[in-house]
Amino acid sequence: MGSGIAAQVANAGHDVLLLDIVPKDAENRNMLAEGAIAKMLKTDPAPLMHKRNAKRITPGNVEDDLEKIKDCDWIIEVVLENLDIKKSLYEKLEKHRTDGTYVSSNTSSIPLEQLVEGRSADFTKNFMITHFFNPPRYLRLLELVTGDKTDPKAVSVVRDFCDRKLGKGVVVCHDTPGFIANRIGAFWLQAGVNEAFDLGLSVEEADAVMSRPVGIPKTGVFGLIDLVGLDLMPHLSKSLLSNLPKSDAYHAIYKEYDLINKLIETGYTGRKGKGGFYRLNTEGGQRVKESIGLVTGEYEESKKAKPAAVDAAKDGGIRALVTHDDKTGQYAWNVLSQMLSYAASLVGEIADNVYDIDRAMKLGYNFKKGPFELIDEMGAGWFAEQLKSHNMDVPEIVTKAGAADGFYKVEDGQKKYFGRDGKYHDIPRDDGVILLEDIKLTTKPVKKNSSAALWDIGDGVLCLEFCGKMNALDDKVMFMIYEAIGQIGDGSGDYKALVVYNEGSNFSVGANLGLALFALNVGMYEAVDGLVQLGQDAYKTLKYAPFPVVSAPSGMALGGGCEILLHSDAVQAHAETYTGLVEVGVGLIPGWGGCKEMLKRHHKFGKFKGPMAHVSAAFEQIGLAKVAKSADEARDMMILLKDDEITMNRDRLLADAKAKALELAKDYGAPEPAEIPLPGPTAQVALNMAVADLNKSGKATDYDVVVSKALANVLSGGDKADMTEPLTEDRILELEAEEFKGLIRNKGTVKRIEHMMETGKPLRN
Amino acid sequence: MTTNVVISGFKRTAFQPAKKGAFAKMRSDDLAAAVLKDLVKSSGLKASDVEDVMLGCAFPEAEQGFNVARLVVNLSELPISVGGVTVNRFCGSSMSTIHFAAGQIMAGAGDVYIAGGLESMTRVPMTGFNPMPNPKLAADYPQAYIGMGETAENLANKYKIDRKSQDEFAVKSHEKAAAAAKAGKFKDEITPVETADGVVDSDGTIRPDTTMEGLAGLKPAFDEKGSVTAGTSSPLTDGAAACIVCSEDYAKKNNLEILARIRGMAVSGCEAEIMGIGPVQASKKALERAGLKLSDMDVIELNEAFAAQSLAVIEEMGIDQSKLNLDGGAIALGHPLGVSGVRITCKAASIMKREGKKYALATMCIGGGQGIATVLEAV
Repeated sequence: MGSGIAAQVANAGHDVLLLDIVPKDAENRNMLAEGAIAKMLKTDPAPLMHKRNAKRITPGNVEDDLEKIKDCDWIIEVVLENLDIKKSLYEKLEKHRTDGTYVSSNTSSIPLEQLVEGRSADFTKNFMITHFFNPPRYLRLLELVTGDKTDPKAVSVVRDFCDRKLGKGVVVCHDTPGFIANRIGAFWLQAGVNEAFDLGLSVEEADAVMSRPVGIPKTGVFGLIDLVGLDLMPHLSKSLLSNLPKSDAYHAIYKEYDLINKLIETGYTGRKGKGGFYRLNTEGGQRVKESIGLVTGEYEESKKAKPAAVDAAKDGGIRALVTHDDKTGQYAWNVLSQMLSYAASLVGEIADNVYDIDRAMKLGYNFKKGPFELIDEMGAGWFAEQLKSHNMDVPEIVTKAGAADGFYKVEDGQKKYFGRDGKYHDIPRDDGVILLEDIKLTTKPVKKNSSAALWDIGDGVLCLEFCGKMNALDDKVMFMIYEAIGQIGDGSGDYKALVVYNEGSNFSVGANLGLALFALNVGMYEAVDGLVQLGQDAYKTLKYAPFPVVSAPSGMALGGGCEILLHSDAVQAHAETYTGLVEVGVGLIPGWGGCKEMLKRHHKFGKFKGPMAHVSAAFEQIGLAKVAKSADEARDMMILLKDDEITMNRDRLLADAKAKALELAKDYGAPEPAEIPLPGPTAQVALNMAVADLNKSGKATDYDVVVSKALANVLSGGDKADMTEPLTEDRILELEAEEFKGLIRNKGTVKRIEHMMETGKPLRN
Repeated sequence: MTTNVVISGFKRTAFQPAKKGAFAKMRSDDLAAAVLKDLVKSSGLKASDVEDVMLGCAFPEAEQGFNVARLVVNLSELPISVGGVTVNRFCGSSMSTIHFAAGQIMAGAGDVYIAGGLESMTRVPMTGFNPMPNPKLAADYPQAYIGMGETAENLANKYKIDRKSQDEFAVKSHEKAAAAAKAGKFKDEITPVETADGVVDSDGTIRPDTTMEGLAGLKPAFDEKGSVTAGTSSPLTDGAAACIVCSEDYAKKNNLEILARIRGMAVSGCEAEIMGIGPVQASKKALERAGLKLSDMDVIELNEAFAAQSLAVIEEMGIDQSKLNLDGGAIALGHPLGVSGVRITCKAASIMKREGKKYALATMCIGGGQGIATVLEAV
């Protein structure tokens, strides 16, 4: 995990020293640290946001290189969970660290006071616990624990670095075993396993209930244990059992299972091993997903579960889920009621308030809703009643919140949480954080339809939010773009800039394919043609409008969602942005100006020059549907350009984008349309020949050839282009539209769209 | 032939696999300059006598652009009076430089030439940075632009050369090259080159551990239903080579070591889609011009663009494989396109000299549909 933390520091643009132990008799004394860096370059999902970040990490070892720490600003200790080992390391650190250097431990179980025992005053005052979650790049939670003697200034510097640079959601915890997330998480997993055994559920049934229906990732209980590693769970439980008082409810529910022990012993440690509760059986050349029978202890072919309680929850919500009268409903109630009561009983002990606990579970376990938000969804009063009727203890705070307005409420446009004092308190936001979620509580949208909305985010900046299903783009989004253009006008009125931003898990996965498929299936080709034209015009008008447009993506920005980035004056991207023009996967080409923009960018800024260089580069990128796996990688693909910026902390994205928009608005002039020299037929021949070779060698399918030909026609500039006469942007847009129209009338494309809608994967026809 | 022309002195850089090899960060003009300096120094050649430096290059653009041969003259600090010309006949480029030099000497236009080649397949991709085929030709005669792998598949089909024979041929090439390397047979011809990571003086392309089993596991590289794999194709390679071409009189007068006398030269066009068969007609013409028969040849160097292509030529010509590519061929050593012509011609000459033989043939196929051949005689 140390290497993963080092990677995230490198991702933030900082140099980092990675010191590991020296294995016995090792010839290369840095082999562990060097090996860890080499491994990270091959790991998927990648700990590094760009391969070059590996160069920021200097490998070394804790025997020869400790004196190098004198130049470090922060030392993060991530060694074995053993007090003596940690203390002996700290003693050595004391000899080399410069006074004032921050030191933190990634411990998940050892109390801070024991860690600093015997340390100097300067060490103690600069020491804290920073508990990262694995993998550090992807899990945003950072649990921060400080001691009585920790200097508030040190806390504020480290906290700010973790927040702004490492992109962490920092949650301040009390110094108790397992802090917040693992304390509740371990309890929840144990309850989830116990109840599945007791009720005789299959692992599929249990996971189908304890996941999406309650806003928990689809791995559920058993899938998550597989992911974390069956063998790691006992470490966590042991540490909790030995540190928690006997009176803690975790002792009461803790149970070991022969089946699980046997799995661990035989190498079924989860996804990293031969499999776990689930496995992929590849015997006989077939890939069969199997799961273990909790009763039989044997692997059987996995059967997709369709629990009745989950069906009931579709209309009736979480109450219907937990009250459904069968064992799946019982499972939902038994697990949730225990976990939620446990969490409620810990408010004050593990954290100051319910908001911190909810936040930790959301950031550390990827829950959509924290325990108290879940209770609110059922109704705190109702939940208290249910506990009573099941003869369970009702935690005091649940009773109180039930009698009041629940754990959260909005008052005067401000979201508040229910405190231990029985009063409501404002939800704290870090300095400079702007969230659309908060703005929505205080204002009404300037305009809104079912796919998009416009929000006033203050200081004359308008925000365009996509809000349809999956943030898919359709005609209504385009109308809203025109609405924004109308609202802002020449920038001299109420608004002067536009930010394109939303708080969905993905910025936008592209055009609404379902709608397109429906139209194609009933032969309404002109409707789709019309949408292509509408989108081209809207994006173009936006680009040349007399006010700045800043797009701020996070998560996936694909297809049309990528094209809007390309038509913005600037991009302020969350570091975790995955973007690309992926249209060929559904038998299409970018039709809203994506081809034109990529040609222009590669022509202007491309590494190689020449009449074909930009054409080949754009062709490769679009033709292979390349997707950048971070905002930094998107720079290599020229989706982000030199002046575009990256925000590490998701919560700070809107504020950064707004600041950028205001900066641009100071002295704004719309860009001039470019003219792009394109070689015409010779380029088509060259590109088509390359694709024919790929087809022959089996790397491109027959329909890839058809789609590539359409793409080649656009990127070459068409039959009449010649490199001596640069093409206008409008001419390239015409070509895009023409070829797009041809493709949607081809059955091969319709088949690809259908397949994508049904399976979520591209069809290789 | 009125004036006898000889090859005297041969140097090359080690051959390194493109992209992952030791020359990935080296410009090919620098590689060529290192070779030329070493050639002049080791041979004792009086540099000011050199009329012209002729360098072959298959993709003469970017770092290999301008008139790179003249620039290499400057880089290798040859006298300003020495000319420089870049020659492109794809894979036959540098064998052509030997022919052109010999022709000039016979025509009385100078006594001494340096003939060579350079190619970084790392830094200038095959097809170049801006491939721009003529649309009319591509429509009327598409094979003019055919990919090389496909031509090898065509020959494999035409001559019914199965996968196993190709794999065997490749294994043998590596075995011969590995044995030659081990016996130090490349030592004299390789110019050590200084790189940022140290001196490079041995070929990085040879894989002594190549086995039939290993090759059998490879997927076809160019046609999913075909038989040609990466293992039976010559690898993309970085390198440079050069030799001295001069009149026999000049060599003798100036005490230059003579490797061989040039007895016959020829090029011949063929169908582009089976370009690999080009050596057959070219060799026939060159042998006729030398007044010799294939059976007179003691040493034969046939450039191994592909195993399938080599086997087709061997079958068509009836080549005795015991005389063929004794130190291994391009499948093992690599094939920097514009460089291989000088390498195989001089390799044929030096093997002939080393083994005390009388006649040698060097021949190669050329993309687009050509063959080129040189017949050599011991002096």
